[in-house]
Amino acid sequence: MKLSQKHLDYWQKNLVITSVLVVIWFVVTYVIGFFAIDLQNVTFLGFPIAFYMGAQGSLIIYVAIIGFYARYMNRLDHEYGVQEGEEQ
Amino acid sequence: MTNGATQAYSQKAFTQSLKKYYAFYTGGFVGFVVVLAIAEQMGMPNRWIGYCFLFATILLYAGIGVMSRTADVAEYYVAGRRVPALFNGMATGADWMSAASFIGMAGSLYLLGYDGLAFIMGWTGGYCLVALFLAPYLRKFGQFTIPDFLGARYGGHLPRIVGMCAAILCSFTYVVAQIYGVGIITTRFTGVDLQVGVFLGLAGILVCSFLGGMRAVTWTQVAQYIILIIAYMIPLVMLGMRHTGIPIPHVAYGYTLQKLTEREKQLANDPKELEVRGIYKNRADAADAKLKALPGSYAEEKGKVEKRLADARASNAAPAELKSAEDAVKAFPPGPDEAKAQWAKDKSGAMARTGPPRPHATPFPGKDEKARDIARKNFLALVFCLMVGTAALPHILMRYYTTPSVREARISVTWSLFFIFLLYFSAPALAVLVKYEIYNFVVGTPFSELPRWVANWHAVDRSLLNIVDINGDGIVQLAEIAIGGDIVVLATPEIAKLPYVISGLVAAGGLAAALSTADGLLLTIANALSHDLYYKMINPQASTKTRLTVAKMLLLVVAVLAASVAAQKPADILFLVSAAFSLAAAGFFPALTLGIFWKRANKWGATLGMLAGVGVTFYYMATTQPWLRSMFGVKATIAENTWWDINPISAGIFGVPLGFVVIIVVSLLTKAPDTEVQELVDHVRYPVLEGDIDTRGT
Repeated sequence: MKLSQKHLDYWQKNLVITSVLVVIWFVVTYVIGFFAIDLQNVTFLGFPIAFYMGAQGSLIIYVAIIGFYARYMNRLDHEYGVQEGEEQ
Repeated sequence: MTNGATQAYSQKAFTQSLKKYYAFYTGGFVGFVVVLAIAEQMGMPNRWIGYCFLFATILLYAGIGVMSRTADVAEYYVAGRRVPALFNGMATGADWMSAASFIGMAGSLYLLGYDGLAFIMGWTGGYCLVALFLAPYLRKFGQFTIPDFLGARYGGHLPRIVGMCAAILCSFTYVVAQIYGVGIITTRFTGVDLQVGVFLGLAGILVCSFLGGMRAVTWTQVAQYIILIIAYMIPLVMLGMRHTGIPIPHVAYGYTLQKLTEREKQLANDPKELEVRGIYKNRADAADAKLKALPGSYAEEKGKVEKRLADARASNAAPAELKSAEDAVKAFPPGPDEAKAQWAKDKSGAMARTGPPRPHATPFPGKDEKARDIARKNFLALVFCLMVGTAALPHILMRYYTTPSVREARISVTWSLFFIFLLYFSAPALAVLVKYEIYNFVVGTPFSELPRWVANWHAVDRSLLNIVDINGDGIVQLAEIAIGGDIVVLATPEIAKLPYVISGLVAAGGLAAALSTADGLLLTIANALSHDLYYKMINPQASTKTRLTVAKMLLLVVAVLAASVAAQKPADILFLVSAAFSLAAAGFFPALTLGIFWKRANKWGATLGMLAGVGVTFYYMATTQPWLRSMFGVKATIAENTWWDINPISAGIFGVPLGFVVIIVVSLLTKAPDTEVQELVDHVRYPVLEGDIDTRGT
């Protein structure tokens, strides 16, 4: 089994999108968590923003991250010809 | 290609018929609840409604179990790898959400406020790691267990054995807690003993997994998810209507939270509240004085209670006073050592109630900058451990072996998190609404006019709700209420003034949550033993029939073992659950991710890395967690053993980085893996490769 340049590009793109999404995940979780005390006076829908992020905001973003990744990768598979069998 | 097309077509038809079955099933379940509601109006007693829910749902799960029985290895271990993404998402949701999530989560949020959100974020954000680093690659690898991957990727039995032990260690601690939860729910709704409840619940667990393995567990879990989400949403929506006027309380409870914060400020300085807190302070001081004067104070205190009884007898006191004096003598600690323990408990119990209410929306409340900083550090560390642990628990990762393709595996993680999200984003809303209700409609009410639900629960279980008129003014003060977290979910139907049938529904939901998680965990343990140990190491020539017989026997043995441990009511059950996360995180996450993303990682690196990660995590827990300390006879004080003020629950924060470092360093110092392994890594990275090797398990 020999990998072509195309295969290597596919993996490279996968690594890039994975890193970008991990950075978003990290900021949403830890950076906002770290500054929770300082963000106390900012409110959203009546919530202090840090509380909102912990209870709802970050969860919505997590679902979005995973959904986006699935969509992106399933398209990338087609683009680089590594997709599986027939459409289901 | 024709073959592929037929397969794709039959998969599509399969998904369609599944949708039809489960839509029909959901309608049937709703109908069942409606019939019971009508029966209740016509005078059916509450106890019977409880029985109906309990037995009807267990019977249902058993029915699915029997219908899904199988003698095929791939069906037994991975449900034939044809579970569509949507349904695998629901099954993962039920697998994931345990009794602790269903019943305990909103309660923890009630008690901890912002700090409790660590559980909400940790137990959802972990799925990002599953999706990005593990699920699609494990699906491509496509065997039966997580140790399978470790064995193939790192070569030889050693990594497989270490992985197997780690899988059993974390799954077993977790399953004990689940079976205990099943026992508690069964006990509460039928009135049997806890021991009996545990074994009744066990029967409910075994009927589905025993005959059909993963296949039966999957289809039961989908059914259980539907019940548990209905049971969680109905009371919340009704309570939300009451306070916010719209049926989606999630978007509106921010304003309820603001009002709650106002009320907290008011209660913090209320003179009556201060009075009650003062009484607790005096009690704490008194207990402290007795403690300091030991051993002399033991005889003195004993004399006091005995004298009180003698006086009561001599003066022909009222029967109530006489009874109370007799009880005091009976309850008096039998020796100075017991007295020391008892008074220390009294002191800390009273001390805990001397402070103002914990501000719900404020992150990391603490008395000074240092305390707040420590709270923040522990919050972030806990989030980290729960997230990485989520992405490393074998019973969850195993679920992604069951989808038909890599593509479906990716979509399936999205559905999983979506279904989990529905409950987790509701729990904080429920906590705020119930707190608002209690702070406004219980606090400040005369004892004679308490809401009916308070009186009911007060009578049922004092550990869940206990209100005593400490200062004798006949009015409830917040400081007079002692609350157990579980009541938040259990009492919501009554707070929202819903009929009893909804309470029965909530119990059925809790049972579904506990049973589904227990099923998945038991299967993981039994499969690790039957597949990894027996088939892969002891007897690779075993026939299909033998393999399945061994798997089923082991399932029984493990189940009975876990139930007997649960029936002992192990001490710190909540700690055990959290410990499972830290251990799984440190044991699996570095070895699995590096195995996929770094070709140079080798056998020795992975083996030593897993051992080092689990080792340091366990060591830290054993030296800083009170229960484990006493078990291992640790002498040095907790303060001496603590690193950077991290709580034992978050010990994985040390284990995970150490695991990564050890794998990298040892791998670089030893020989690179051979080309076969390199090919395996390429194999899992691409959904399809020309001239690809085949690793699918048979």
